Parts: sequence; structure tokens; C-alpha cells
Amino acid sequence: MSTPQLTRAKEPLFSRLPVISHLKKSVGLQRGMLIVGVVLSGIFLLTSIFAPLLAPYGYSQLSDDSGSFPTQEAPSAKHLLGTTVGGYDVLSRVVWGSQTAVTVIIVSVAMSLFLGVVLGLLSGYFGGWLDRILVVVADAIYAFPTLLLAIVISIVISRGQSSFWGGIFSCAFSITVVFVPQYFRVIRAETIRLKAEPFVESAKVLGASSVRIIGRHIFKNATRTLPLMFTLNASEAILTLAGLGFLGFGIEPTSAAEWGFDLNKALADTSSGIWWTGVFPGVAMVLTVLGLTLVGESINDLNDPRIRGRKRAGRTPVPGTPAGPELPANPAEAGKS
Amino acid sequence: MTTLIDVPEAEPGIVAPKSKSKAGGGLGRYIVIRFFLIIPTVFILVTLVFFLMRVIGDPITASQGGRLPPDVLAQRIHDAGYDRPVLVQYFEYLGQLITGNFGTTITDRRPVLEVLTTFGAATLELSINALIVALAVGIPFGLIAAQHRDKAPDALLRFFAILCYATPVFFSGLLLKLTFSVWLGWFPVAGRASTLTELTMSALAAPSGIYWLDALRSGNFTALGDIVSHAVLPAIALGLLTAGVFLRLVRTNVIGTLGKDYIEAGRSRGVSEFRLVTKHAYKPALIPIITVMGLQIALMLGGAILTETTFEWKGLGYQLVQYLNARDFVAVQGIVVLLAIIVAVTNFIVDIIAALIDPRVRY
Repeated sequence: MSTPQLTRAKEPLFSRLPVISHLKKSVGLQRGMLIVGVVLSGIFLLTSIFAPLLAPYGYSQLSDDSGSFPTQEAPSAKHLLGTTVGGYDVLSRVVWGSQTAVTVIIVSVAMSLFLGVVLGLLSGYFGGWLDRILVVVADAIYAFPTLLLAIVISIVISRGQSSFWGGIFSCAFSITVVFVPQYFRVIRAETIRLKAEPFVESAKVLGASSVRIIGRHIFKNATRTLPLMFTLNASEAILTLAGLGFLGFGIEPTSAAEWGFDLNKALADTSSGIWWTGVFPGVAMVLTVLGLTLVGESINDLNDPRIRGRKRAGRTPVPGTPAGPELPANPAEAGKS
Repeated sequence: MTTLIDVPEAEPGIVAPKSKSKAGGGLGRYIVIRFFLIIPTVFILVTLVFFLMRVIGDPITASQGGRLPPDVLAQRIHDAGYDRPVLVQYFEYLGQLITGNFGTTITDRRPVLEVLTTFGAATLELSINALIVALAVGIPFGLIAAQHRDKAPDALLRFFAILCYATPVFFSGLLLKLTFSVWLGWFPVAGRASTLTELTMSALAAPSGIYWLDALRSGNFTALGDIVSHAVLPAIALGLLTAGVFLRLVRTNVIGTLGKDYIEAGRSRGVSEFRLVTKHAYKPALIPIITVMGLQIALMLGGAILTETTFEWKGLGYQLVQYLNARDFVAVQGIVVLLAIIVAVTNFIVDIIAALIDPRVRY
């Protein structure tokens, strides 16, 4: 669509990074949303890294030097956010929970990214029967409720409950199975589009091997939507993990802190008016998902020239800003023709 | 106002890719092709679920293992045919599915189809209630957001939409319960109806299973009030989840249509902004909503499982969790496969409706 700019000077790497380049493009409200999202996600990430320093107690700690913790105690000076029915410190479990969430996000997104990108590239580039089978399978999985699929997979892997890494992997793997079709569709659609581009044809004419064309020419161009998908899927991963935990298919409380599990236990507390066991892990979860979604949404809007807010006329436009790729409003829609 | 500057850039992506569709092929052909596409979808899911569930061993050991002596257990496994090769069991299972036999649960020995007919209505009722909430919140708010694009109401509503998406149903359900049931005491804490109403409802001749419909038909208004007060909180919890998606969709699409030439033409003839949004830009923006509704059904079913557990709403999802905790994997497999079929069929219906409204969809 836009005329190719053959000799545009490369900006420094820092300002070409996904979120930072978007921040420079944004104005007004969109910039505000992006900044709020980045701040919330940053807090989430820092909390998870420094959980051992921030949490007053361990995630499965039931007593300290002065004796065992009271159960269902309202927030006090000793337990800032109160204690649960099992006698855990709510604040500690909320803080440690961020670590579990980050681990699951990293493992699941890394696995689904790898599988989805590889399958999408191969399927899109070579086509044929492989492509047809993969598309039908991906469509079948995609249409299915994510939570149900995650439940089935977690039964298979861990039969319901398990240790820290067992639980992490069964959650992460269930989430992976759900996400692979999404990555697959987007990458495949991009690959098919790119395959027809002149630069791929010229590489073919020059005798480049398929591996080189896929790895060098298509991969780099097809993956520009990934930052967006990453943020949206990270938030979905947290929700799926919490859903599994809420239904009792998560990680045992002695192995790790998990927000969904805590919410499940808190459900029984509500009828007696005990709010602190449920509200705090829930708020932590909502803020995390909110932060990641705000980042993802902002990137999506900024990539779409139809939605992107424009700088007012009269102010000089930022030089060298490309028109931006045309993304459909929903990244998952991209695979549909 | 410099609105004219915005116009030439509009819709760079819409025209080109859509015209890719093959020429010819009427609606009838589309329906037939789309119908046959259900079969591979269901087949793949059935196969996937069957083999996944067999990886962990036979269902009888899973549910009864440890509780029965080994020889009785072995006998039970043999009687049920689980000691035969997996492929034989697989083809037998496929054969059963075709005749409508989804298996019998291990724990309470009920046909899975009966579980569906008993509890399906409750889930359907919850979904309908939630969909009403979602549409009632999503569409008007989306229109308001589009009309006030990039101003304070828009910012607030978009934030609200993202918040809806970011809040898991069980957390919003917990907050709603805490606020409106426990503290304010406006609504009951859990369940579909009080015991008395449930008895009245089950005594009805030929009930549809959807309580408010049954109460309306029998003219029992005290029961209706009870049912509605039970239904409010679960419907809001599940409905808000989807409302956020609808709000965003309406907003994006109305903004898209507001940039078109015919709107500009209407504006230049003095049509009011309110009328432009509600009459001219609104209808074309509805098409994507119907398409996306199909995808929302899968999301809603997942949400329904969580909502039903939160509110002890005795539907399919609640029952599924009960079976999961009892390790009754025949029941789990049966319900999952049934839900897969329901999702596939609903998607089919939604696609057909979308094709009826928008001829560009057909291919």
C-alpha cells in the first residue's frame, strides 16, 4: 500500500522496541492508557521478582516465632491484609501469587509462541495437505471453550493436583494447547500474504533455500504482530490459570500461592461477611490483567490507522512514522478470510 | 472543525481483502458447505478428548481405584470393556455417539444425555439472562463511547470495557455477592430459586426448564419475583464479561461507519449527531456483533462453568465440576463432547444468520 522507503535511516534499537515505539506514536488518551498499562505491568513484574523481599511471610507459612497465625483474622498490624481460613497470611499469598502467575505466563507463552510460529510458518509456506489438516484442527480447537480444554489437559497431566513445577507445567501446557491455534492462524495468514511479495520471489529466483526464505525473509516480517498477541495472551493465561485454580485444578497451597485457589477458598467466607480473603487476591489479579490488557489494547489501536488518534493539524507530524500495519480489531480474526 | 482531514484515509483495509471471495455460490450452497464443516470439527474434538482421557488409564480405576479390592476392580473393568485395545474402544465410542449414546456416568449411573436434559435448561437460562445484560449494557454504552470519541465519556467507558474483560467472573461474582447479598441483603446469596419455588416449578406439567418462562406461563408471579431476584447477580456477573466485548465492538464499528461519506453527507444536510449515531451509523455496525457472538458463545460457556460454581447455580457447568471432583471421567467426557457439539452447532447457526444479513460473508 504505502510507497516503499528504501533508504530510511534506522532509528536506534531502543526506540524501535515494540512498546517504546508505540509510546512515541501515541497522543493524549491513548498515551495515558499505554502508560497506565506499562506501570501496572511493571509493578506486577517487579513484585514477582522481589516477592521474597516484599512478602512478610512465606506463602505456606502458618506460624512464626510468636506462635501459629490466627485463622480468618481481620486486617491488623501484624497481618496487614488479614489471614485466611487455613491460617495463611493474605498479603504474603497475594505477593507470592504474582510469582506463580509470571512463571505460568512465561512458560505457556514461550511454548505456544514456539509451536504456533513454527507450525504457522510451515503450514503457510508449504501449503498442501499439511496446511489443510492443521487448519481444520486449529479451527476445531479454537472454537472450543478454553476453560474446558484446559480442564481436560490438566486432568491428563496432573490428575488435578500437584507440586509447584508439576502444577505450573500442567497449567502452562493446558494454556499452550489453547493458544497455539491463535498464534498459528495469525502467523499462517501473514506467511501466505508474504509469500506473494516480490522480495520472497526474488529470493527464490536467487536460489535461496526454503529454510533461508522462511527463516530470514518471512519470519521477520510475519512476527510483527507478536508483541500485541503476547500481551493479550499473557492476560488470558492469568485468567485461565485462575479459572483452573478456582475449580480446584490448580496448584496445591503448600506448593505455591495461586490467586484462583485463594478465591475458591474465599467464596465460602463471603456469606459470613469476611471480605479480605477474597477481595485482595482478586484485586491483584484484576490489576495485573488490566495492566497487560491496556498495553495490548494500546498497541492494537496504535497499529491501526483507522482507530489511531492523530496529532492535530498544525503541529508537525513525526517524521518517518510509517502508516502502520493494518490489523483487524481482533487479532484472532486475522486468520479468517 | 477539521473533520474533513480524517475522511480520505478511511478504511484502507476493508475493500481489498474481502473481494477475495470466490464468485458465484448462493446462500443455499453456503449453508450446505458450512453444515458439513461441523462434522470434522466435532470429530476432531471427540478424538482429541477421547484419547486424552484414555492416556490417564481407564475411568473405573480413576473413580473407584483404592476403594474396591483389586479383583472386583478388574472384574468391573472387564465388564465395562476397558481392557480391550484402545482403538476398538474408540470405534465403539464413535458408533455409540452416532446413535446418540453419550455413555453412562460411573458415580450415579445416569445416561449423560439425561444429565444434559436435566441441567441444560439451567445453563441455557443463565446464558440467556447474561446475554440480555450484555446487550443492554454493551450496545448503548458503545454508542455513547463512539459519539464522544476520545473525550471523557469515551475514556471512562473504554476503561470500563477493559475492566469487564479483566475481571474474572468468579471475582465479580464474589464482589456482587458480598455487596448485594451479604451487606445490603437485596438478593439471595446463591441458587436458582428458593426451595418452595423449585418444588412448584418441578411440579408443573411440561416445564421448559427455564424457570422464568415457566413461571410466566403458569402466571405464578410470586415465584417469578423469587426467580428474578435469584437470577440478577449471576446474570450480571456473566453478562458483564461479554458486555465489555460488545461495547468495544460497537464503539469501533460505529466510529468506522461515522467516518464514511454517507454520514458526512447526512451531516451536511443538517441531520443531528444523535440521529446520525442511532439511525445511520448503528445498523451497519451490528453485523460484526452477530459474527462475534458466535465466538462469544464459547467464552460464555466457559464463563458459565465458573459462574455456576460461584453461585451454586445447578446447571451443566456446576454438574461438570461435581463429576470432576468425583473423578467420574465418563461423565466429564460425555459432557465435554456434548458441549463441543452445542458450540459447533451454535457457531453454524450464527454464521448462517451473519450470511443472511451480510452477503459479503458467503464464500
